[in-house]
Amino acid sequence: MKVDLTPVNAPSIRSRPVYATLEPRPGKLHVIVADDEGAAAVVEMVGKANDRSGMLAASHVMYCPGPTGTDLSAQLEVLGAAQFFRAPTIPALLPRLVRVLADAHMGTQFYLAGTEGLIGQAEREIMATGFPHASIQKEQRGSTLRRVQCVHCKGITENVATDPFKCSHCGLNLFVRDHYSRRIAAFMGVCIDAEDPGQVPESVVRFR
Amino acid sequence: MSGGAKLQVRVAEVVEVNDLVKRFRFVSRDGSLLPAFSGGAHTVVEMDDHGVRRLNPYSLMSDAEDRSGYEISVRRDDQGRGGSLYMHRHVVPGMEMTLSYPVNLFPLDNRARKHLMIAGGIGITPFLAQIAQLTHFGGRFELHYAARSKALGAYMDRLTSAHPDRVHCYFDDQKQVIDLEKVLENQPIGTHLYVCGPKGMINWVLSTAEAMGWPKQALHHEEFLAPGTGLPFTVELAASGKTITVGPTQSLLEAMEAAGVEAPYLCRGGACGQCETVVRKCDGTILHRDHWLTPEEQAANTKIMPCVSRFEGKTLVIDR
Repeated sequence: MKVDLTPVNAPSIRSRPVYATLEPRPGKLHVIVADDEGAAAVVEMVGKANDRSGMLAASHVMYCPGPTGTDLSAQLEVLGAAQFFRAPTIPALLPRLVRVLADAHMGTQFYLAGTEGLIGQAEREIMATGFPHASIQKEQRGSTLRRVQCVHCKGITENVATDPFKCSHCGLNLFVRDHYSRRIAAFMGVCIDAEDPGQVPESVVRFR
Repeated sequence: MSGGAKLQVRVAEVVEVNDLVKRFRFVSRDGSLLPAFSGGAHTVVEMDDHGVRRLNPYSLMSDAEDRSGYEISVRRDDQGRGGSLYMHRHVVPGMEMTLSYPVNLFPLDNRARKHLMIAGGIGITPFLAQIAQLTHFGGRFELHYAARSKALGAYMDRLTSAHPDRVHCYFDDQKQVIDLEKVLENQPIGTHLYVCGPKGMINWVLSTAEAMGWPKQALHHEEFLAPGTGLPFTVELAASGKTITVGPTQSLLEAMEAAGVEAPYLCRGGACGQCETVVRKCDGTILHRDHWLTPEEQAANTKIMPCVSRFEGKTLVIDR
């Protein structure tokens, strides 16, 4: 059975997130959250600042290695930001972000860079404060492994590489769609053999 | 249909709030409930000013949960085109009038953690309805309200007694000015800002906030423009095959209506975009006065907002 798959980077449908290049903006606090190769995007962005040292003196940088093990934390540590925090994983990074948000004021700029999993989950925490999501800067770098929610059991499987894949919670064979939920910070996975159980197309590695 | 469906109302009450402001309460003629609205909505009041048809937008200031009537406050503008003078001089209780359905171009963003409101003068009216709405569901707000003097600070007493710790008043005649930078830098993340008042104040608030890193999506403003007067000009209406002359105190939209041409509109104040019209030919200068078209669109002279904008030059042909 041949299934037409959408290229990973094409903005195929409206809910598929699109990303831009990070740009320095005026602000009294710069909250910078990155993982994986997103570190390089942060270094490039800071390099574009008119007042590089002024920006870094007002920056709080949080970073964790990518899902494939890429760890560029050294590049960010040497930037000399007012605060640098390295977490081992995304779930270990997010509580720090939430704590920073609790004290943050308007005039804060947000920069997210790296995998879609990191960007989406950080964006969700920032959005929960009422800050407009369209004002959060996001640049995708590095791994394209996806965070996918099974629409049947609602369980989320991290770092999905193949399409279709087996839900890590309920075991259904899921087709990875481009439909994305900002609220859940995940792509949608839909049972591919609901009508003909067992008729599952061959898995293809789409995300790396 | 232009302007949408209409509400047939009767004036129930006219109250003199201060030397410049009168409040009008409208109820439906058949005693039915009026349509629901949300804080920040406005209605367009139709006036028959001794043969001249006037349609002016006014913010609804009453509690949106009270559907037994709508209230507006009108500031008298002695130099204006006459709408506010008509309301002040001729509208009395018992009079039958026509209103548009409420339209909200200045709603609260209810995703916000907190709502920061900045009002100048009569710009307080949409905030009165929004504050009533926030009070019902426990939303957090902070209001900074500037008026020329204590005597001209409409509804200040009502606001400060109901919300003593959330309302801050400023008086021009006592040289009091909002310490805007301080107010802006102390707002928790997730605050949205709303400003309504004179043009100068709106520009000051928006540009200061943007320079301090506030994102555009968290900044909301409303300013109704009066169409503004100018030299008479002639316009060719391509679709209806008519050529009309717009008088010095008339808007292009009003001139089209007077000529029997159906033209769409909602706010009649250059804000909503409903009356946007394609320009077929322009040999001269369009005096853009709206804040709907982008600066690039205005410079291109391929679109015009007939509710507020005028023309100077040889030929203007529009698609209407």
